[in-house]
Amino acid sequence: MAKHATPMLDELEKGPWPSFVSDIKQEAAHRAANPNGLDYQIPAEAPEDLLGVLELSYEEKETHWKHGGIVGVFGYGGGVIGRYCDQPEKFPGVAHFHTVRVAQPAGKYYSTKFLRDLCDLWDLRGSGITNMHGSTGDIVLLGTQTPQLEELFYELTHKMNVDLGGSGSNLRTPAACLGQSRCEYACYNTQDMCYQLTMDYQDELHRPAFPYKFKFKFDGCPNGCVCAMARSDFAVVGTWKDDIKIDQEQVKAYAAGELKPNAGAHAGRDWGKFDLQAEVVDRCPGHCMKWDGAKLSIDTKHCVRCMHCINTMPRALHIGDERGASILVGAKAPVVDGAQMGSLLIPFIDCSAPYDDVKEVIEKIWDWWMEEGKNRERVGETMKRLSFQKLLEVTDTEAAPYHIVQPRTNPYIFFKEEEVPGGWERDIKQFRERHQR
Amino acid sequence: MAFISSGYRPEKPMEGRISDIGPHKYDSYFPPVIAENFGKWLYHEILEPGVLMHVAEGGAKVYTVRVAGTRTMSITHIREVCDIADKYCNGFVRWTTRSNIEFMTDSEETLAALKADLATRKFDGGSFKFPLGGTGAGVSNMIHTQGWVHCHTPATDASGPVKCVMDAVFDDFQNMRLPAPVRISLACCINMCGAVHCSDIGVVGIHRKPPMIDHEWADQLCEIPLAVAACPTAAVRPTKVEHDGKKVNTIAVKADRCMYCGNCYTMCPAMPIADAEGDGVIIMVGGKVSNRISKPKFSKVVVGYIPNEPPRWPSLTKTIKHILDVYATDAQKYERLGDWAERIGWQAFFEKTGLQFTHHLIDDFRDPAYYTWRQSTQFTF
Ligand code: HEM
Ligand code: HEM
Ligand code: SF4
Ligand code: SF4
Ligand code: SF4
Ligand code: SF4
Repeated sequence: MAKHATPMLDELEKGPWPSFVSDIKQEAAHRAANPNGLDYQIPAEAPEDLLGVLELSYEEKETHWKHGGIVGVFGYGGGVIGRYCDQPEKFPGVAHFHTVRVAQPAGKYYSTKFLRDLCDLWDLRGSGITNMHGSTGDIVLLGTQTPQLEELFYELTHKMNVDLGGSGSNLRTPAACLGQSRCEYACYNTQDMCYQLTMDYQDELHRPAFPYKFKFKFDGCPNGCVCAMARSDFAVVGTWKDDIKIDQEQVKAYAAGELKPNAGAHAGRDWGKFDLQAEVVDRCPGHCMKWDGAKLSIDTKHCVRCMHCINTMPRALHIGDERGASILVGAKAPVVDGAQMGSLLIPFIDCSAPYDDVKEVIEKIWDWWMEEGKNRERVGETMKRLSFQKLLEVTDTEAAPYHIVQPRTNPYIFFKEEEVPGGWERDIKQFRERHQR
Repeated sequence: MAFISSGYRPEKPMEGRISDIGPHKYDSYFPPVIAENFGKWLYHEILEPGVLMHVAEGGAKVYTVRVAGTRTMSITHIREVCDIADKYCNGFVRWTTRSNIEFMTDSEETLAALKADLATRKFDGGSFKFPLGGTGAGVSNMIHTQGWVHCHTPATDASGPVKCVMDAVFDDFQNMRLPAPVRISLACCINMCGAVHCSDIGVVGIHRKPPMIDHEWADQLCEIPLAVAACPTAAVRPTKVEHDGKKVNTIAVKADRCMYCGNCYTMCPAMPIADAEGDGVIIMVGGKVSNRISKPKFSKVVVGYIPNEPPRWPSLTKTIKHILDVYATDAQKYERLGDWAERIGWQAFFEKTGLQFTHHLIDDFRDPAYYTWRQSTQFTF
């Protein structure tokens, strides 16, 4: 028998999509049965009370969670989010319900051994409810009490050899697409760069020293599966410089309808016969492709590497061999000053381990931002306040047309004093000898 | 309950302490076929919705079965995922960025058995545990945030509306009939932990009433200057009022300057903002992050308010389904929702979708607003 009646939530058990309500109910049943005879370290009825407090929110259309307060593990500024229920008497099982973020492996491949160990730990010391995964990418263990935090951290680090993720004004848990592990479009080893940088910047990750949060994300190509350009202060997006490799025989096979275009991605509707001219050549944003019925050619100089032709004919076209990445800086969600997309800073950077070139750029940006950034100002906002030119300057980057969509439309140019012959100190007396007052 | 020690000794926190060890290395848990062919993949094909085949240079193949996961997930469910992975996938499994789960195998027979097994698994309530889909030109799983399940600032729930929207567009999760991929996401307040600002369809929780002020507690619960500084529109100022016959230090909010962002509440618990009537969601459309054909772009607000209608959010799901259907009918192949809206023009977008245009949809937030007004005589009647 359920502890709380949940008539509204029960409506969310209907329909085909996996129901999180059914899932929490099965966890509640598991804890009530306690098949492994655990001495649960937080109340066994936590899942029941989670459903109860959620049902109350469904009735009242208001949340019942309070501000976190400061909880965490010794020496770390992030990784734990404090959370208390504002109806603790009614729902004692979730009166204290803190979140623990666990660092995920880049690309999110797991062994069942690792997952089962984590489940065992969370069975004993937490609510049994998780988020797989939080929106930054970490494993989120949802709901435990303060005395369990150090115990969890101890078991994670000593027995599972894994650390907490980041939160707060520090480096957030970086994330990467699955890259070369299973994608032919990956222009560099996204998982390795993500892993190496995460390891090299552990201090920045755990101990807040920044004006505000800072996120890295790594996409292997311009398709952008982890949305680096839109979601990270520092986006590394794979790209290449030389020719797209063309297998003309396979191109012909696509044109003749022998191969499934788009790797089958549009198979759910009859779109008519594949039309190479209309669907690929005419849609190329670089206007750089030609198809004469027998041969496809690409004028590499004008290719903007949008991926469309490669996505459309993955068996015929392959990314070039001179590979690296572009770096875009300053993306953020709308709070407070409006959403920002990453702006292109470095068009091409070498991406071979140990990634010194990339780290050099990161550290130059950090030095500047830690010096100049205001409290709770994302680097994208600092860029807006102090100018893109300033970012170029601190990263020793030469201004070039690829940095812009169009040049400025106003004449309010700031010159550097040394750019103007004679500088800004002038002699008013001399001026007056030439011009009366 | 007897406290079980992990070995940690609170009186000596630094003794044997391990810190800064980071995540496990990414290649610790590669299935053998992934490890062997790392960096050697040649091409891929979507064999059917939810099933991918990747082929490597040497001819090796890996089949991936992609199934929906709910982001809020119990350990009982994760253990079931492990059972499946142990049975069919040598004990390996992966999650995608959009909370899908991927089972991989290099054998066609295993693939068939795996698919058959997954199809039979249902929750007691009747929903599928592991529906296949989320590939190609269809709708993938929704990215979402915490909502009433765990956060203090939400203007709507997250898991619930996501369940309802995904039920409504379930066919398009399991099909690939759309002109291009459609990514839907939901954030339960404008902090947008889910970064929905570049989605084809984004749902964002909003408040519509300025915060209340708990004069009795303001000075005790809050650093008043922090609350003042937190407000992006300078609507908050410190003040003194009479409360229970006493003069107290507190806060005043200039209501007509407030755009209900809740930043002040995050700084100061004595300024609660949630309100059953005030809260609800907006719908934003037309964002993308891929560089394919057109450049990445932000989503735009096309519905300025929909009330919270728990438990099934009927107005929200109906509107999303409708936008999706009009797009599916009218857009050209390869056009993302935003590309389509830009080609036909936003005027035509409102005509074709029948969505009501109201003053709420005109940007008035700071400088960038100006660039979204029509500075031309080119429009249609
Ligand atoms: C100023 C903006 C933001 C504020 C004030 C904020 C605040 C919060 C708060 C209070 C929570 C706790 C929810 C809970 O109780 O579990 C949370 C969770 C989280 N936030 Fe944010 N957030 C912001 C923006 C973002 C953005 C843009 C991202 C990522 C792109 C993000 C990623 C996360 C993640 C990963 C979590 C953990 C759970 C989840 O995935 O929802 N946050 N945030
Ligand atoms: C039309 C442009 C796009 C193409 C051609 C594309 C291509 C791909 C491919 C080939 C994969 C499979 C990689 C693999 O697992 O082997 C993939 C996965 C993925 N893509 Fe994209 N992508 C596109 C746009 C996007 C966008 C805009 C987003 C995010 C907003 C996105 C998010 C994802 C995610 C999260 C995955 C992991 C699987 C999933 O959860 O469905 N993709 N994409
Ligand atoms: S971003 Fe590019 S390389 Fe990475 S998984 Fe997506 S398509 Fe593949
Ligand atoms: S990648 Fe894009 S720009 Fe380059 S040739 Fe292909 S379609 Fe044209
Ligand atoms: S989007 Fe807002 S309400 Fe939702 S989890 Fe993030 S901070 Fe909390
Ligand atoms: S809700 Fe936002 S705009 Fe309104 S007073 Fe608070 S901080 Fe200012």
